[in-house]
Amino acid sequence: MKFCYYPGCSLRGTGRAYEESLLAVFQVLGVELQELADWNCCGATAYMSVDEVMACTLTARNLALAARSGLHQMVAPCSACFLALNKTKHAIAESPLIAQRVDEALQRAGLTYENGIAVRHPLDVLVTDVGLEAIRQRVRRPLTGFKIAPYYGCQIVRPYSPFDDQDRPATMDRLLQALGAEVLRYPLKTKCCGGSLTGTMAEIGLRLSYLLLREAAKRGANVISTVCPLCQFNLEAYQDDMARLWEPVRMPVLHFTQLMGIAFGLEPRQLGLQRGIVSVKPLLARLQEVAI
Amino acid sequence: MKHYPQTLKYDAERDREFTRRVMAHPGGENLYSCIQCGTCSATCPVSIYMDHTPRQLMALTRSGFKDEVLHSRTIWLCASCYACTVDCPKQIKLTDIMYALKREAIAGGVFPRRYPIPVLAREFYRMVRAHGRITESQLVLRLYLLTNWLAMLKSWRLGLRLIRTGRFSFRTETVAQPAKLAALMHGGPR
Repeated sequence: MKFCYYPGCSLRGTGRAYEESLLAVFQVLGVELQELADWNCCGATAYMSVDEVMACTLTARNLALAARSGLHQMVAPCSACFLALNKTKHAIAESPLIAQRVDEALQRAGLTYENGIAVRHPLDVLVTDVGLEAIRQRVRRPLTGFKIAPYYGCQIVRPYSPFDDQDRPATMDRLLQALGAEVLRYPLKTKCCGGSLTGTMAEIGLRLSYLLLREAAKRGANVISTVCPLCQFNLEAYQDDMARLWEPVRMPVLHFTQLMGIAFGLEPRQLGLQRGIVSVKPLLARLQEVAI
Repeated sequence: MKHYPQTLKYDAERDREFTRRVMAHPGGENLYSCIQCGTCSATCPVSIYMDHTPRQLMALTRSGFKDEVLHSRTIWLCASCYACTVDCPKQIKLTDIMYALKREAIAGGVFPRRYPIPVLAREFYRMVRAHGRITESQLVLRLYLLTNWLAMLKSWRLGLRLIRTGRFSFRTETVAQPAKLAALMHGGPR
């Protein structure tokens, strides 16, 4: 199994641990990820605010490069990238005007847009292509004692939901259960974390993230699992500020790939666990080695 | 920032061309079928912080009250979570309309100076134009310098933690030939 891989800017910055754990886990499962050569930024939410055609052109260049690579499925782990790439595909399919302008721009650079590139989230690939049974077989240390609040955020389920239920997604729930964890009922699983508001209108953004943490704590979680580098950052990095503004919430927030890596028995450093701001030591102390 | 008290509205304030422009973007075409049910305002996680709720903003946009719409903070508070878009019973793509309104406001220069949200959008755009990729650390530093340098000083502790954990990049991320990418995006007819 081989996929084209689009890391996106966050996985080279604050979300470095997401990339490290993703690559480690995919390697264990024998899924090859070939990084898209010379990829560029997806434009996230900011570019669409400035110029629509340019936002689509920027994103479409990546799809054209993927077509050239010969791999027709591209894995995009960051929710913002995942949405921007899929949104561009929709915009080009639905608007002849955008399609024409994007085509013209790409052609000047010697590239051709191809609609056939599937943009996939790693969660989808793991559950649909690899399968839960193959994952279960790799578990060396079941996540006993992990009470996980599964948090999906917005942009992998809205506005498109290519691989899961829009209101009650369950892919990650099933994946984490396969690792031996206790997955909690978490009704806020698709509520917004505030996105970039945490950096621009801090109190509003922080409040949204705080409500997610508070609810997870209320339901007895000892860790939150995320699928997006920005959600991970918002929920984890500002817990001190939240404690000052409201009530203390102290909880590690891990990428689902880090949780997989822990269950597979990989080394903490391979999974970027040392990059966390909230310590995972008390959580890891719950693990029991199971001889297989 | 101009303050708009709740008062009578006049037909002379309406700009039909503005409505047509917004509706011409993919996602805007259903705006006329809005039934003002308020589902968008109910499902929006930030509507309580807005000066106009999403429902009100849709009514104002449809009726062409351009100035009032573009001066509203609502368009900037939208975090693109798409909750309204998927819940709207009339399939109005509100998030995409919000984007169209942001573009109108940026193109017209209609936002308060140093207001962080449009500044972030602009700086993001410039960084991609220059390098093809975003270096998050530099983007955040620029945002703080331009809008609220005091807040940057206050977050020194977080900054140090990010440096210690290797999450603060000192290297500039870039594509191989940024000038070519910029030409690709800006060379053609606008």
